Amino acid sequence: MLANKCVVALALILVFATPALAAEQAGPEIADFTLANGLELVVIPDHRAPVITHMIWYKVGAADETAGKSGLAHFLEHLMFKGTAKNPAGKFSQVVARIGGQENAFTSQDYTGYFQRVPSDQIKTVMEFEADRMTGLQLTDDVVLPERNVILEEQNQRVGNNPRARLSEQIDAALYLNHPYGKPVIGWRHEMEELSRDDAIGFYRRFYAPNNAVVVIAGDIDPAQARALAEETYGKVARHAALAPRIRPQEPPPVAVRSLTLADPRVEMPAMQREYLVPSFATATRGESEALEVLAHILGSGSNSRLYRALVVEKQVAVAAGAWYDASALDQSKFGVQGSPRPGVTLPQLEAETDAVIAQVIDKGVTDEELERTKTRLIADALYAQDNQASMARWYGAALTTGATVNDVRHWPDRIRAVTADQVRDAARRWLDKRRSVTGYLIKDVSPQAEKRS
Amino acid sequence: MKRLAGSILCIAAVLIAGPHAVSAMTIEKIVSPSGIEAWLVQEKAVPLVALNYAFHGGATQDEPDKGGTANLAIDMLDEGAGDLDGKAFHERMENHAIELGFQVGRDYMHGSLRALNEHREEAFDLLRLALTSPRFEAGDVERVRGQEMAALQRDTTNPNDLASRRWWETAFPGHPYGRETKGTLESVPRITADDLRSYVRRVFARNELKISIVGDVDAKTAGELIDRAFAGLPAKNDLKPVANATPSGLGRRIVINVDVPQAVVTFGGQGIARQDPDFMAAYIVNHILGGGSFSSRLYREVREKRGLAYGVSDSLVWFQRAAVVLGGTATRADRTADALAVIEEEIKRMAKDGPTPDELAAAKSFLKGSYALTLDTSAKIGAQLTQIQIDNLGIDYIQRRGTLIDAVTIEDARRVARRLYSGGLLVTVAGRPKGLTSSGTE
Repeated sequence: MLANKCVVALALILVFATPALAAEQAGPEIADFTLANGLELVVIPDHRAPVITHMIWYKVGAADETAGKSGLAHFLEHLMFKGTAKNPAGKFSQVVARIGGQENAFTSQDYTGYFQRVPSDQIKTVMEFEADRMTGLQLTDDVVLPERNVILEEQNQRVGNNPRARLSEQIDAALYLNHPYGKPVIGWRHEMEELSRDDAIGFYRRFYAPNNAVVVIAGDIDPAQARALAEETYGKVARHAALAPRIRPQEPPPVAVRSLTLADPRVEMPAMQREYLVPSFATATRGESEALEVLAHILGSGSNSRLYRALVVEKQVAVAAGAWYDASALDQSKFGVQGSPRPGVTLPQLEAETDAVIAQVIDKGVTDEELERTKTRLIADALYAQDNQASMARWYGAALTTGATVNDVRHWPDRIRAVTADQVRDAARRWLDKRRSVTGYLIKDVSPQAEKRS
Repeated sequence: MKRLAGSILCIAAVLIAGPHAVSAMTIEKIVSPSGIEAWLVQEKAVPLVALNYAFHGGATQDEPDKGGTANLAIDMLDEGAGDLDGKAFHERMENHAIELGFQVGRDYMHGSLRALNEHREEAFDLLRLALTSPRFEAGDVERVRGQEMAALQRDTTNPNDLASRRWWETAFPGHPYGRETKGTLESVPRITADDLRSYVRRVFARNELKISIVGDVDAKTAGELIDRAFAGLPAKNDLKPVANATPSGLGRRIVINVDVPQAVVTFGGQGIARQDPDFMAAYIVNHILGGGSFSSRLYREVREKRGLAYGVSDSLVWFQRAAVVLGGTATRADRTADALAVIEEEIKRMAKDGPTPDELAAAKSFLKGSYALTLDTSAKIGAQLTQIQIDNLGIDYIQRRGTLIDAVTIEDARRVARRLYSGGLLVTVAGRPKGLTSSGTE
């Protein structure tokens, strides 16, 4: 119901856990080329239905904001719907609606994306509009100020009203000591309230350009046709002469076990969440990211995972338990572990039991049976993905804006297949070190002043 | 594979193609060797099979004091069945990357299956076990019940849940539609394993079963797969009848105090039955008022012009025995009254004047063009075909839909707008909305 123009949450858990096809598998022939102005295009043909998913991914996200302007990348995403000299506010959306299309946009730490899903004979129309707003955006306070209220309400809806989201925000802030990944994508409210038209336009001029974007087109179209249309539309936009490299302040080696507690009066179910600082696909040495992927699956995905079996089924100390890993980040990423205790079990008890499960993997590794089952599941996901053109477009777009290539995505199943039990154990040993982590407790705030909070 | 005797009779095949085709697919009506009917779309591009099915009888079948029974039952279907305990069952699924999904609504239990071609027989075997011999062992029931109780407990301070729950309770007091499918903190502890078995026995039957199957599978094989999973079910279900109902409490506003920065609003009124001749006109008019696109009146007035909310929308919701229009938004506490006033004004304006001819033309164009987007994956096609079967719209509905939309005139739209939005609204608000109190009589 309330899903328009969204922030991609920090944990895009399965971006890499479900993409692509093995080279030897009979998937679509994917084309990848770059126009003279530096715009990269990826075309994923799928002729089953007469529809196309068209996405443009800018290589800019919340982590590229200057200090003090948190939320700006996402604010600009909203403002991109406010019109250009050629196409006044609302025209693009009206045309998309009239042709029966769907549209939306999203922002993460590393990318900002816009997409339309349209009947295939309308693809050129949306490419023209999208090329126009790549450099033609015009903003006045009349549209900027109400939209700032909209993002503040979005912050309330996503975070303010949601204790778990508040906990995640605090853990991220504590995990990243130096890197901007510690700031929420949606922003800190006190900074969001001050964002201006000039901030947005300045950010836009700095980062929105053909040589800082990837267009992914999936659906009922051939690469040659896509290329011709792209030349006619995007090809006319001038490249950005002085695009700065994406260099963010990096993390120092983590040395302290950190923990925090967030008390909120609305908490009815306490929770424990931990995040470890770990390599992303882009920062990992070869095979390490894939081993973390397999590790997260064995440890905490589904009801036969280690954590679920031990904590929920056998020891019955938790009602929920799981783990996840986010491979798609330009800089160092996160490995998460979470659980909710059964009534009568304390969070420290749950944490101790969780630590015991992790310690066992570090000590004894994983079984061949677990390894095989996990690989089957992950590799099958890549095949299932081919059934959904929009998912395919998202996976390629996210990969290409976080330091991976089309070939990396294509060969992902091969790399998963190559993961050994020793690599999984070594990944656990090396990266699931508590000194690399922040553990957060979410508890109910029962203090009297809680009532006054607004 | 084990070959089953019998032939597959192809009763009807509808090719959806032509200049304004929404899809190039062909829907075949097939009958399995044991006599179970299904709709099939053969799609060879990806080596998988996607099954979607529905049994009549959802949460409406719960005893009034045992709300959540159907929901708990379907949550337990993959926790052990036949000679497999929960662990073994999940291992079999994971070893072959088989996906089984179960969901319960008010009127129907919906299920889905997805498997790679090489593992499809195993997948349909597991589905048979889940549907015909779930174990409901005491320890597993308690574990899953504990999870559901924890979620219900968490919902007690969740403004979305509070506003929605109160809306349904007030609109349909004493009627099964007034109860949330997941039950309550009071009702879930009362459910016994026998209640779960009774639900499965009464609902999972071959009559009123709707099946759609999409994938790299021919009609004969599809029929055999269907029999693998469903042929062993009882011939007839045994459902408790559900009374016709209309929403009550229209004109009331109920404020539920909960300490959150943003107030969550649910609003709605009398809707329109799926079989009503005015349904399509109503669907179009509601799309113009508050449908999902960025150009609806509510979106423009509440969000674009005033920045009062991140999202606002409403939609038609229909059941077997009732129909409502239902919408929602979430706004800051000091502007909730403003947002509600704008919404009420827009609804009044739509009831009085209806849409403009331009809006009608744009909406028709959108609804026709966007339909193909609901048919671009195997899972989406399966779900859509099952819904068309449930709504009894006919195997050629996808083909006819464009003509039905085009047939709606501006006079129809105005008349139906008046009919749909003149009946008043029931509004529930969870939060601390400034200057807004409960009003209207019970």
